[in-house]
Amino acid sequence: MKKFKFDWLILPMLGFGCVLIFWTILSATVAKNLPSPAKTWDASKLYILEPFAKRGEMDQGILRFTWYSLELVAKGYALAIIIGTPIGFCLGLSKAFAKTFDPIIQVLRPVSPLAWLPLGLVLFLDAGKDAGTLGALFTIAICSMWPTVLNTAVGVRAVPQDYLNVGRVLKLSRWKTLTKILIPATLPYMFTGFRLSLGIAWLVIVAAEMLTGRPGVGGFLWQEYNSLVYEHIILSILTIGFVGFALDRLMSLLERRFKTV
Amino acid sequence: MTHARPFPSLAPVINHKFSVPFLELNHVTKSFGAHCVLQDVNLSITRGEFVAIVGYSGSGKTTLISLMAGLIKADTGTIKLNDLEITAPGPDRGIVFQNYSLLPWLTVYENIALAVDQVFPNYSPEKKRQHIGKYIEMVNLTPARDKKPAQLSGGMRQRVSVARALAIDPQVLLLDEPLSALDALTRATLQDEIERIWEADKKTVVLITNDVDEALLLADRIIPLTPGPGATLGDPVAVPLARPRNRKALNHDPEFKRLRALVINQLLGYNARRRTTVTKKLILPDILPENLDAPRTSRRRPLRPHEIKKEEISISS
Repeated sequence: MKKFKFDWLILPMLGFGCVLIFWTILSATVAKNLPSPAKTWDASKLYILEPFAKRGEMDQGILRFTWYSLELVAKGYALAIIIGTPIGFCLGLSKAFAKTFDPIIQVLRPVSPLAWLPLGLVLFLDAGKDAGTLGALFTIAICSMWPTVLNTAVGVRAVPQDYLNVGRVLKLSRWKTLTKILIPATLPYMFTGFRLSLGIAWLVIVAAEMLTGRPGVGGFLWQEYNSLVYEHIILSILTIGFVGFALDRLMSLLERRFKTV
Repeated sequence: MTHARPFPSLAPVINHKFSVPFLELNHVTKSFGAHCVLQDVNLSITRGEFVAIVGYSGSGKTTLISLMAGLIKADTGTIKLNDLEITAPGPDRGIVFQNYSLLPWLTVYENIALAVDQVFPNYSPEKKRQHIGKYIEMVNLTPARDKKPAQLSGGMRQRVSVARALAIDPQVLLLDEPLSALDALTRATLQDEIERIWEADKKTVVLITNDVDEALLLADRIIPLTPGPGATLGDPVAVPLARPRNRKALNHDPEFKRLRALVINQLLGYNARRRTTVTKKLILPDILPENLDAPRTSRRRPLRPHEIKKEEISISS
């Protein structure tokens, strides 16, 4: 491909433009219920131009909603990492542990967030007002944990025997072997896991908010669907997409920092 | 001595002029599954001696040094260092691995510091820095002390590995084909460096190599390893060449040439014997189909157990 000045900017813009045109044609011809880009912009202007406004519980600026969602994601994701990484290490280090728990992990892993959420709500039934939040947190944690668990386990198993031999020759204690050799050697794999986990956590939050009706991007989307403001559905989708993209980029930067090691 | 000894001596026949064994292998045998790698290996090394073990690739050299290091356990036989049996790896034996085994996330200094911290925990920070600096200096890497292994050439990495092994002040230095991954020029430089360090330190060294010239240049004694499976040590060749040995002068030294021919002939002899044995004894093996579903492990079982058993018998004859 020929390179030209600003191709990194112009070509993606071209892509967005194509989709925009396709969307306009679609909304004008086949899908009459689909709001056109112009209509979407008109209806969303207020939410984008005043991103942090708070007019009511479910009527807030889009970035304010995003912030709520991110807050919850951060908590659930942190939980997933804190629980998932040690489990991954155990899986990678102990064959017995892996044999015992790998099957159950393989069974739980493909379960959809939509299936976990009701269980989460039931678990925290006694929490009253916070039940929705805690249930969402539980769902995010349990769904986004698996990539971290599995990648960490793979990473631990992939630590070259040579590195471990260095530790054995020096008679490093277990703790020192873990901190000085195993963790640094596994870090690149762990970060791949963290990155995938964050992607899943962001997917789950939307579903969780839709079902619990918490204020957030997902909750907003569902509410606007119920109140027939379809433009805001598109606004929410785009917001979710951009935020997810930004998060992934951020993690990939972090990941690259550790991979160069 | 006219009387019979009260106890039969377990010491192997010592084939050289020194007498008190420092590192001692007694009837050591090691198999992986049905694959016998080393059989009845006897070796005795005195303090301060530089011994080279030369053999074909795949003859079990690395297994032999891993046994001395304590990284793997012998099936039968004993390995003793200073009259204490070796059961586990430890910092009394410094090892330089073929593939350097540096931790890539640590700098040169930190790689050595990890070892020094562990072995000399009582050093003050100042003493530690001096100690590490001394060994980095010894291998001429002072300008690269804050670089990561990925930024270094193969020769430089191997020097770090040597410095790390020396910095823990081991009683024995085990060198597992340390130079075989390097280009010829770098190898020559590092050989000179190893000789220089050894001259200064007089550590006991076991060098594993497949390069006869390298062995002749560095060692006091060369011991050929017969080809596996069921490898064992051949007749040792003493190298009485004067030190420091000059590689240029050596090339024209008749004694050097004679020793070289001796070692090479011994090795070639094994190879010829191996070839004839294999052709003579090759029976149709009962080949087991390889199980592709089985999880891959580092130790691959030999697929033709029969063939291997036959070979073993003929070599010991």
